[in-house]
Amino acid sequence: MDGLASRPGTLVEGYDFNHLIQDDRVHRHIYTEEAIFRTEMKRIFGAVWVYLGHESEIPKNDDFVQTWLGLRPIILIRDSEGRIRALYNRCTHRGSTICRQSSGSAKAFQCPYHGWTFRNTGEISGVPWPDGYAEDFSDGKFNLAQLPRVDNYKGFIFGTLNMDAPSLLDYLGPVAKPLAEWVDRHPGKRVAVCNANRLKLHGNWKLVYDNSADGYHVVFSHRSLIAMENRLVTDGDKGMAFYKESPDAAPMYVYYFGNGHHFKDKRGNVDRKNPGALWDIEGAAPGMEFFEGKLRRDHPSRAEEFLDLAASEPMNINVFPNLHILGNHIQVVRPVSVSETDTTWWGTAVVDEKGELDGAVHDINAIRMRTQEGFPNFGEVDDLMNFEQIQVGLQAEEDEWAYTHRGLGLPGRFTVDDLGTIKGPATDEVFLREYFKEYRRLMTTEPNIQITRDV
Amino acid sequence: MSHDPSQTSHYINDEFYKNLIIWFSDWQRPENEISKPSLRDEIRNYLEREARLLDDGLHNNWLSLYAPECLYWVPASLGGGDPRSEVATAFDDRRRLEDRIHRLGSDYAWSQQPVSRTNRVVSNVAGFATPDKNIVMTRANFLITEFQAGDFRTWAGWYGHRLNRTSSGWEIVVKQVNLINYDQNLRNPSITL
Repeated sequence: MDGLASRPGTLVEGYDFNHLIQDDRVHRHIYTEEAIFRTEMKRIFGAVWVYLGHESEIPKNDDFVQTWLGLRPIILIRDSEGRIRALYNRCTHRGSTICRQSSGSAKAFQCPYHGWTFRNTGEISGVPWPDGYAEDFSDGKFNLAQLPRVDNYKGFIFGTLNMDAPSLLDYLGPVAKPLAEWVDRHPGKRVAVCNANRLKLHGNWKLVYDNSADGYHVVFSHRSLIAMENRLVTDGDKGMAFYKESPDAAPMYVYYFGNGHHFKDKRGNVDRKNPGALWDIEGAAPGMEFFEGKLRRDHPSRAEEFLDLAASEPMNINVFPNLHILGNHIQVVRPVSVSETDTTWWGTAVVDEKGELDGAVHDINAIRMRTQEGFPNFGEVDDLMNFEQIQVGLQAEEDEWAYTHRGLGLPGRFTVDDLGTIKGPATDEVFLREYFKEYRRLMTTEPNIQITRDV
Repeated sequence: MSHDPSQTSHYINDEFYKNLIIWFSDWQRPENEISKPSLRDEIRNYLEREARLLDDGLHNNWLSLYAPECLYWVPASLGGGDPRSEVATAFDDRRRLEDRIHRLGSDYAWSQQPVSRTNRVVSNVAGFATPDKNIVMTRANFLITEFQAGDFRTWAGWYGHRLNRTSSGWEIVVKQVNLINYDQNLRNPSITL
C-alpha cells in the first residue's frame, strides 16, 4: 500500500482515494472501475458547475437542446419568458424521457407514453382524464425536476445541483480571464456555435481531461499532423510546429488555477500584438488563398485583423470537468460509461451584429469553418486512438500506476502568483497532479445535491 | 492566371460554394433519372471501381479518379447545410485530400495503426441528368464494414457523386457522403469513406 494509510472519509465504494491518487501517480482503477464512475456521476458531475451548452444554441425564447449532466438527461431551454432552465428530461409519472429531439422549439412537452404535459418552465399543465386521480396536480410535486442553479458566463451556460457550490464566477476563478480573452477577441465579444465534429472513444472521460493541457504528447501523438501541415511549406513553420524543437524552453506555459481548471497558453509563440501573426502560422485550408486574396483586395487596411479572426487562437482552456476551448473550438466531453466517452468539437463562427466588419464576416467564416475541420480530422483521431489504447493497457491488473510526475521535484520549475495560480513549462504534468488533488477532494466529499420543482 | 490546386486553393471560392449548394439541392427528380442501360452500367462500374480502390488501400489510384478541382464532402447536416457557415465532418478540397492521403501513408497516423480493413458494398445506383450534358449526378447506397484490431464497425448511408465526362472518361468533381448518423458522435472516423 506504499505507506499511505487510509483515513476515514477517503474510502469510496471500498477504494481508498488517498491510495489511488498520489503525488506522482494515479491508480488504474480511477479509469477502469464501474463503482468509481458511478460515484463520479454524483460527486463530480453532481457537485460542481458543469457546462451544459452555449447560449447561441438557444437564441430565441422556447428554443431547446438536449444535453446531459453526467448521465442525467437534460433539456436546456430558454423558456417563453426568456429564462434559461435546465429541465430533467424525465416524466414525473413513469420516468420516460419527454423530449426525444436533439434540438428544436417548444412551448410545452407532452410525454409520448401517457400524455402528461408540461410547460417549458417545467410546470405540469395537464394529465389525461384527471378525474381518475384522487388528488389534483396543483402542489408542484409533479412538475419536472430542474437544476436549482443555472448561470451563464460569456455565453457559456453552466448548471449545478450542489446548493453548497460557490457562485459560478467564484467556481471559475482565474480561468474566467482567459475565457473572456478568448471570447472578447471577436466582434461584439461573442461567438456562435455552428455545428460540430462529433467523436466518440472507447475510453474513460478523464483520459480527455488528462490530455487537455498536455504539451508533452504533441510531437509524438500528432507526428503525422505536424508533418502533413508542413509538407508543402517553404516560408516558416505552420500549425503546432512550435513544439518541434525544445518545447520545454518555448514561450508557452501551463497554468493550474484551482478547482480543477487549467490552461495551456501557447500565445507566447506568436506575436499577438502584430496583426496577421495568427494567420501566418495557420495551416492549409480549403479556399484560404481565394478568401485571403479577396479580403486583402476588399479591405486592405483591415485584412490582417480579419484573417486573424479566421485563424485559430493558440489557447487550450480547460474548465473542469467537461468544457475545453481549443483554437476556435468549444469541445464538450460527455461521459457515457466508465469506458465510453463522447467528445463534441463545436465549431464557432464570428457574428457581426453591429456591422463592425465592413461586410467581411461571411468571408471570414468561410475560411474559419475550414480551418476548424483540420484538427478533428487529422489530429484528434490519433489522440483518441491513443486514449483507447490507454484504456486497453490499464486492463493489466498488476501494473497498477500511471505516472504524472513530469517536472515534479525540479527546483525553480514553477511559480505561484497571488491568486495561487501555478505556472510551469507547457510540457509539464503539474496540471495533472493538481487537478487530481481536487478530484480526490471532490470524490471524498458528499455534495449537497438538490433538485427543484419550483417554477 | 491558373493555379495548381494541389498547391493552393483558389477554386474553393464564392462561386464554387454557391454552385455546390445548387448542385446538391433538389437534384433527384424522377424526370431526370437516367434510364439508358449502358449509361447506368457505366456509372455503376465507376462507383464500384472507386469502392474497390479504397478497399484495396490504393489511395493514389483512388485520387486519380477525381478532377483536379474536386471536393470530398461529409456533411454534419442533413442534405449538407451551408458549408460557408457551418463545419462539416469533412470538407476536403484537392490539397486537403492529398493531405489526408499523405497522412494515412505516414506510418504515424495512429488512428490507422493497424490499418483498417474495409469492405464496401455500393448499391441502389441511380443517375440523374443535369443541364450540362457532360455532367451526371449519381446517388448510391453504401455499406462499409470496417475491421480494425479485433473490432468490427459499420458505416452506412448514401453517396451523392457529381461526375464529369471528359475525353478520357469520367472524373469525380464532388463526392458527398451522407452518413445515416451524420449528427451523431462517430468512433474513429479516420478511414476515407
